[in-house]
Amino acid sequence: MQLLLIPGITQEHYLWLSAILFSIGVTGVLIRRNAIILLMCIELMLNAVNLLFAAFSTYLSDSNGQIFVFFIMVVAAAEAAVGLAILILTYRNSRTTEVTYWDKLKW
Amino acid sequence: MDFIIEKSVLIVSVFGITLVMAMYSTWLERKFAAFLQDRLGPNRAGIFGLLQPFADAGKMFFKEEFIPNHSEKFLFIAGPGIAMFTACMTSAVIPWGPDFEAFGRTISLQISDINIGILYIMGFLSLGVYGIMIGGWASNNKYSLFSAIRASSQMISYELAMGIIIITIVMMTGSLSLRNIVQEQSGALYNITALKGLNWNIFYQPLAFIIFMTCALAECNRAPFDLAECETELIGGYHTEYSSMKLGFYLFAEYINMFISSTVIATIFFGGYNFPGMQLIENSALLTVMCVAVLFLKIIFFIMLFMWIRWTLPRFRYDQLMHLGWKSLIPLAIINMLITGAVILAT
Amino acid sequence: MGAEQIIFFFLAAFTVVMASLVVFSKNPVHSVLFLILTMFGIAGHYLSLNAQFLAVVHIIVYAGAIMVLFLFVIMLLNLNKESEPRKTLWWQLGAVIGGGSLMLTLIASFQSTIKLPIAHEIDSNIGLVKPLGKVLFTEYVVPFEISSVLFLAALVGAVLIGQRKQEEPNHS
Repeated sequence: MQLLLIPGITQEHYLWLSAILFSIGVTGVLIRRNAIILLMCIELMLNAVNLLFAAFSTYLSDSNGQIFVFFIMVVAAAEAAVGLAILILTYRNSRTTEVTYWDKLKW
Repeated sequence: MDFIIEKSVLIVSVFGITLVMAMYSTWLERKFAAFLQDRLGPNRAGIFGLLQPFADAGKMFFKEEFIPNHSEKFLFIAGPGIAMFTACMTSAVIPWGPDFEAFGRTISLQISDINIGILYIMGFLSLGVYGIMIGGWASNNKYSLFSAIRASSQMISYELAMGIIIITIVMMTGSLSLRNIVQEQSGALYNITALKGLNWNIFYQPLAFIIFMTCALAECNRAPFDLAECETELIGGYHTEYSSMKLGFYLFAEYINMFISSTVIATIFFGGYNFPGMQLIENSALLTVMCVAVLFLKIIFFIMLFMWIRWTLPRFRYDQLMHLGWKSLIPLAIINMLITGAVILAT
Repeated sequence: MGAEQIIFFFLAAFTVVMASLVVFSKNPVHSVLFLILTMFGIAGHYLSLNAQFLAVVHIIVYAGAIMVLFLFVIMLLNLNKESEPRKTLWWQLGAVIGGGSLMLTLIASFQSTIKLPIAHEIDSNIGLVKPLGKVLFTEYVVPFEISSVLFLAALVGAVLIGQRKQEEPNHS
């Protein structure tokens, strides 16, 4: 049983959905001060883009879009690993994960 | 409509069989332990203690339900449910027997033959971490948390080697569908006609099987890798704070995981429902029954192997476990994969 | 409205609600759990887009690995009680307005674009493993190798950064 496209759902629907998800991610970065939550919001934004890639790939019947999603996943995984390692290191020095306390270089 | 009825019957029976197998694994485990330690084991409830699992379940249900004051209530209740759910979902892609004709249509003994079956199993295995982590964290007990973190880092580490072994098997078969993997193993071993039905992957990949078996032990948090419930260090492990049927769910999920792991091992290394002499049986209904019986014999053999290992080997230390996973199993699995790739390229 | 459309809108609403709960829930552990649910919503969308392989890889990579990493860090740093003092109400209001106007701008700009093209024949097989593998290992083989090197670098980097130095006093 092969599913085809959902009737009545167009690329615009996916565009709106991923725009909403991306904006939620941006709002999160602006609102929160916990560095871990900020990293999670970045993941959310990357996923909004991934969703759009997959949608275009299906609607244009072209697998290149899905390949790009894999590359974005690679980058997201690498970013999460290195980002969390840096975060743990800074936590050891400052005993906090709040980004506003990490402004010592300003002084 | 027929399709829905057929699949519903299949789903309910697979679910029921999974639960019954898990229940009787607890009985078998106790009998087996008793045998290895020269004791009698449960023998009061029913003949040979066969009603013991029902007695245990009844006891679990009627025990006092206790939720610690400082726990995260919703997640505390959700934890065992997630563990049980992820354990049960995996059986959906296992082919339990060959197709057969009945009621004028072909009936397949597989709930869903998705073309990425083995990845589906990997996905649900990797989600199995959450039941343990959420339960351990929500208990708000440091021993539970330690245990949850141990269990999940162990499971993630061993998933890597397991994934590489699965890649090796997929390279040999050329398909991610479990049905194709099983059908591939129905041929003649080394092209000898006398060995028909014995073309099992174990004869081509013995090292892969050993690595996979070790990883399966670690994935199920079974001894010798049961560091998550290491009594001397961690009281009771991630389910220290649990009581009543929530504890029962965690323990039960472990046995279901064991059953599923044995099934997966039997399916991808030991030919699934294939057995030598299969082509001699003409009757389609008899063949199906025989195939399912053979598959279950293999599964029970592996469950017993799991138990044998548990009651024979002492527990590893945590650093030994991590060294084994990262510094031995993963390099070995990668080398195995490279050699397999080279052989496939050469032939 | 057909069943598939209802599924689409349900999944979309689920994803959006879970994503906003990631941002607005006070407890970081809850944030991670909501993000995992968001990932499930997105995986559901991939399935409805015929990208089965992508959906499963998405679950394995995000829910099975990356989110576990986040959960580890939060649990080990013991951030379960909300220790971060919230930003002031004005700041939060401003941030929400900023995010909302970004969304409006994005949607408005999408509205004004020309009609998006659709392939004449939708091939439902492009999301399967075989076609994807073929493209990945022929057209994109160099980026693939480079990304594996990137992964290795990230692995070594994470180990090196996270390693505790010998002379450093033990805080925790």
